[in-house]
Amino acid sequence: MTQAGRGLAAGEALRTLGPQVLGVLVRRGADFATAEDAVQEAVLEALRRWDAPGGGTPADPKGWLVTVAWRKFVDARRSASARAQREIRVTLEPPSGPTEQADDTLLLLSRCCHPALTPASSVALTLRAVGGLTTAQIARAFLVPEPTMAQRISRAKRTVTGERFSRAGDVRAVLRVLYLIFNEGFTGTAGDGAGPSAPVDLAEEAIRLARQLVAAVPDDAEAAGLLALMLLHHARRGARTSPSGELVPLDRQDRGRWDTAAIAEGVALVQGALARDRLGPYQAQAAIAALHDDAACADETDWPQILEWYDELARLEPTNPVVALNRAVAVGHVDGPLAGLRLVEALDAGLPRRDATAAYLHERAGNLAEAARLYTVAADAATSTAERTHLTTQAARLYGS
Amino acid sequence: MAKYLLLKHYRGIPEPVPGTDVPMDRWTPDEISDHIAFMDGVIDDLKRRGEFVDAQALSPRGEFVRYDGEGRPPVTDGPFAETKDLIAGWMVIDVGSRERAHEAAAFLSSAPGPGGRPLHEWIEVRPFLTDAAEVTG
Repeated sequence: MTQAGRGLAAGEALRTLGPQVLGVLVRRGADFATAEDAVQEAVLEALRRWDAPGGGTPADPKGWLVTVAWRKFVDARRSASARAQREIRVTLEPPSGPTEQADDTLLLLSRCCHPALTPASSVALTLRAVGGLTTAQIARAFLVPEPTMAQRISRAKRTVTGERFSRAGDVRAVLRVLYLIFNEGFTGTAGDGAGPSAPVDLAEEAIRLARQLVAAVPDDAEAAGLLALMLLHHARRGARTSPSGELVPLDRQDRGRWDTAAIAEGVALVQGALARDRLGPYQAQAAIAALHDDAACADETDWPQILEWYDELARLEPTNPVVALNRAVAVGHVDGPLAGLRLVEALDAGLPRRDATAAYLHERAGNLAEAARLYTVAADAATSTAERTHLTTQAARLYGS
Repeated sequence: MAKYLLLKHYRGIPEPVPGTDVPMDRWTPDEISDHIAFMDGVIDDLKRRGEFVDAQALSPRGEFVRYDGEGRPPVTDGPFAETKDLIAGWMVIDVGSRERAHEAAAFLSSAPGPGGRPLHEWIEVRPFLTDAAEVTG
């Protein structure tokens, strides 16, 4: 293996181990901010030593990192204050096993998704502390300068550092943050490049983190539901944009380009979750995604069954206008576009994608002029260039017909 | 090298070349995708030349906002009146000369519109003020 190749392999291993080591320190009662700094220093030292001539990876890399990180943490606290020193238990604990690993993951995730943090801060901290990404990579993924992201992360660390880490928090909050990360990857644009700020795929990162969460809380039906939902949407990714980068709506996608392995895994996960009989919004959305993925072509979509799931979802989240809007599309397919339109028109005029949905239903109802007008209005309010181009093209198609 | 901001406007620009001010939703879908492909090509070309810095598009939805005194909510003025200048987006390029900046802007302005004909869109070209003090010897 080349020097660079070895460095890359060590870097990958450290990216996985770093968050695990952080989990150990935090479980021992270390405060989050100092522990995170200590782990970063230990990782840097590992990169220097393991890759050095005559160095090499130790037999127990995680144990090595825990020892070094703990020593750095103790040093940092000693120099920080004598009072803090009394609070530290300096004895090394035995190496952690698989069960502890799962607990640590949950502990870290729930701290990073603490309700005191803004969603943007939770997202950044989760990617850094649990995902093991560099600040440069996170900054790049969100198109902000690296010092901005560094500041966001360090403010988030300060916010949660006063919190005790003895007990895992709310899994629901973790699910929300992972879903946010996934959606960022789903709608955002990927970059190019390599090195320590090499671009990361946030959707894949969210799936990786959701897998860790499911391993930590195997009995949580909603965690499994969220992972299923991500996989079932991610499966369509290759067909979702044209080679020139334009959006391709679900009914016009080349279904041969869908990832059948991801669909099979997602379907198995959601079936397993539903069998627990503890339905939640992520499971219901995963069930809907599974029904879409199951259709060989758009015309074979089982809309009546999809509508049943939207009815369930609307019962679970009766005040969610996005659910109401998506349910209106299903109603449009089952009971006719005018029935769907009546529901859309009852929704708040400022609701994102309301005009685009109304345009779609008007087109199905044969009101082409009104559909074209609404597509133009929707394009004006679009939040991404790809969406704006797509909606403008829809209007152009109808005006030209 | 010097940086230039190339601004595209929704409105507030000098008179368009007659026959080129057809809104995009009245083009054909192919004309739209050709236009987008051209714009992507411009960015790729600037990247290949080592001149590309940034490109962003802006939503037409926005407001003017100003301070209205301690403890009072900000004053807003929006949505924008039809007469106001409205920026649609920008590119930032880092080029060797003003001539090269104009050449890049003119190329951007040649983007195809209806019938594949150049749009002749006005592009505002604004040099960045630099931080560095000029060495005069």
